Amino acid sequence: MITRGFFSGRRPPSDTDARIPPGQYLEQGFPVLSAGPTPRVRTEDWSFTLKHGPKPIKKWNWAEFNALPQSKMTRDIHCVTAWTKFNTPWQGVMIDDILADAGIEPPTAYTLALSFDGYSTNVPTKDLVTGKAMVALLYEGKPITPDHGGPARLLVPHLYFWKSAKWVNGLQFTERDEPGFWELRGYHMYGDPWREQRYSSDR
Amino acid sequence: MSAEPSPQSPWQAATITRIEKRTPRVTSFWFQPSRPFAHLAGQHVDIRLTAPDGYQARRSYSIASAPEAGGGVELAIERLDDGEVSPFFHDVAAVGDEIELRGPLGGHFIWEESDGGPILLVGGGSGVVPLMAMVRHRTLRNTAVPVALVFSARVWDEVIFRDELIGLDDRRDGFDLVLTLTREPARRPSDYSRRVDARMMAQAVERLPKTPRLAYVCGSNAFVSAAADALIGAGVPAGIIRTERYGV
Repeated sequence: MITRGFFSGRRPPSDTDARIPPGQYLEQGFPVLSAGPTPRVRTEDWSFTLKHGPKPIKKWNWAEFNALPQSKMTRDIHCVTAWTKFNTPWQGVMIDDILADAGIEPPTAYTLALSFDGYSTNVPTKDLVTGKAMVALLYEGKPITPDHGGPARLLVPHLYFWKSAKWVNGLQFTERDEPGFWELRGYHMYGDPWREQRYSSDR
Repeated sequence: MSAEPSPQSPWQAATITRIEKRTPRVTSFWFQPSRPFAHLAGQHVDIRLTAPDGYQARRSYSIASAPEAGGGVELAIERLDDGEVSPFFHDVAAVGDEIELRGPLGGHFIWEESDGGPILLVGGGSGVVPLMAMVRHRTLRNTAVPVALVFSARVWDEVIFRDELIGLDDRRDGFDLVLTLTREPARRPSDYSRRVDARMMAQAVERLPKTPRLAYVCGSNAFVSAAADALIGAGVPAGIIRTERYGV
């Protein structure tokens, strides 16, 4: 449906079109969105736990986690609120390396990412492994600020950015695909920006 | 222009039925969806504009009207000078235009009468819009749930819904309005003239008959960060604070 009188808009340069998913616009800043107040998690209180259902598999403190192999990912990110930001540079620990340190293969096909503030979000396990996702510790070479999920946030850049849980403190393998915080509140179970899977009614 | 006929599409045409300037920078638009829906106070809709070449711009706007209100869905849209959707509404959109809309959306930043209270609402600028839907819901439900609204604006003339809010405050029926102006002196004895802080939040909590059951904070990211920290500083548990942010 053409909108009467809407012509101009903020079109991105055409050479970037292929990098902007449908319904998104290019953002230069880095907006902050969250469901509640920003938790201030001190690194001395920080820990990360890998769980299979309720059962802990392995737990790392801040120093132990930072001693794991670190990798860099520079990726375009896509927020469900319609902004896309190019070339965001992150450094952290690939999920593959976390699993390797725990000495396990993923035990189930589904995972819930868990956060210090009680937030959770579901991601199929296959979307976390084989170099697709990390627990990020640095953004632009510096510790991630609390607003953006520091000390550590999940980074799953190929899905809408609410899947990249802020203030992450663990991954829980689940037998079924269990909805997390936003997924219980009307957002899509998978969240592929290229298929515009924003809300639960989207295919 | 005609409505998108696809029954699969969550998008629908909505007709602008009324336009009213609220403040120098904020104008309310009322939309009559072709497929009317029931929303909850605090929810938003997505709006999609399409240019002749197919380019689309999409934004989310909170609903200002109460679920019980007839007369369509009110969106109070602030003009952002560097925006691409809000200038269209302020400069181009007219009564009778059809706009594509999708909703209602959002399942977290909502309040229903059955959620109970007391409720503390904290809004900065156009962040008051979803809170206004909650205040209006309370009024139209004729409920005694105590609600305090702390509304921060730069100046008196930028207090969106000012006359309506002051009218509700004057009823003394359990709704309490606290205005704080950041760039002008306070106009009413109970108001403030500074940015929100922990002391202001503690005084807002004291205006309620007992500890709030839920607190809702909406505004720019900077405002929400400051207000949420102020609430925590005033002893409000982080777990009862719900936030909604916009901007960079």
